[in-house]
Amino acid sequence: MKAYHLFRKDLFSEIRNRYAINSLAMFIIVTISVILFSVGEETISDYLSGGLYWVVVFFTGMSGLARVFVSEEERGTTLTLQLIARPETVLSGKLIFNLVLTLAMNIVITFLYSALFPAFVIKSLMLFFITFILGTLGIAISSTIIAAIISKAGSKGTLYPVLSFPILLPLILILINLTKISMDGTSFGEAIMDVLFLASYDVVMLSVSYLLFDFIWKD
Amino acid sequence: MNRYELKLDSLTKYFGRRLVFRDLNIEYSQCGIYGISGPNGSGKSTLLKIIAGISTPSKGKIIHTAEGKEIDTAEIHEHIGFVSPYLVLYEEFSCRENIEIMGKIRGIEPDEPHIARLLETFGLADRQNDRLKFYSSGMKQRMKFIFALLHKPALLILDEPTENLDNEGKNKIYELIKNYSASNIVLIASNEDSDLQLCTSSINLLEHK
Repeated sequence: MKAYHLFRKDLFSEIRNRYAINSLAMFIIVTISVILFSVGEETISDYLSGGLYWVVVFFTGMSGLARVFVSEEERGTTLTLQLIARPETVLSGKLIFNLVLTLAMNIVITFLYSALFPAFVIKSLMLFFITFILGTLGIAISSTIIAAIISKAGSKGTLYPVLSFPILLPLILILINLTKISMDGTSFGEAIMDVLFLASYDVVMLSVSYLLFDFIWKD
Repeated sequence: MNRYELKLDSLTKYFGRRLVFRDLNIEYSQCGIYGISGPNGSGKSTLLKIIAGISTPSKGKIIHTAEGKEIDTAEIHEHIGFVSPYLVLYEEFSCRENIEIMGKIRGIEPDEPHIARLLETFGLADRQNDRLKFYSSGMKQRMKFIFALLHKPALLILDEPTENLDNEGKNKIYELIKNYSASNIVLIASNEDSDLQLCTSSINLLEHK
């Protein structure tokens, strides 16, 4: 419940300050527009549209998900949080917030992308839905712990995508592959190994986050 | 009266190769006001952060004990109140919202008479629904005291407690500290003579280099 109240605090703070929502919304529009303009009249293949979908998700996530810890550090309220909650509570609260934000962001991207790119047709909806959920979880978990690490550093803006790239690369590669498979209409059973890999990634990142956070959180 | 004890055991802190303080061995087991003095950069705030469990020492350890039981480091925040110049509360929320949010995150039930008393004591009852960003620096300082005392901590840690306060505000804080120290431990780190005069005993960090 304490983590839920921390999440609520972040949600109300976000509604009043618009730290992340504005940048995420702008990035979704800009990235999709850039792809649309660069493609022009050309017809892009189904697989390429599936890959570009996750590129949009990755870069949009990079623009806003770090705010969850960076905003506390920039406003100087990190000490306040350290004085009212255990490190696990803080991580859980921030994780819930980033999860909700990533889910909302990915839903918007999926609808926009489906409407603007006719080549993006999913034949195996069940497989794509599981990929979408596990992918959203993975991006939210990874970006939250990376945000906690970089919030203590000097050049936060540049460090976030640099540090995220190697950590998120295996996730993005498997997500692109699973999206391609779900566009082919392959059954869930045939893609089970990839789905298990995706689920394992999420579990590993979640465990590492809770193990590391105590060290990151203290001076 | 709270049975709270604080023990600093061979506490040493380095920043890189620079020694901040060395071999601090102190025990606070009686209720009262205790001082920590030293010039700017002598490590007063660093020591308070270590005591609060926010920062870690390079050597030695800090032991908090409540009712004879040692407190786990992750739970120290439940027993301490902390006021410092670098403590910043959520300015996008009102005083009342801050109180409610802090209480819920701490997991404590709202004690309305206690909250009303704190708001009255610190003169913020009339402005409790204003956002903190519209507060003066003195009002923000008084708000920090409400934040520190909300959960009735057994150990009150005060870093430069009278910063930004006018004479009337200072006198109120001194009165509160004296009353609070009757049944709790209060630690004050300051350069102000008037702050340190409240203390029954005091350590100078310059003597621990």
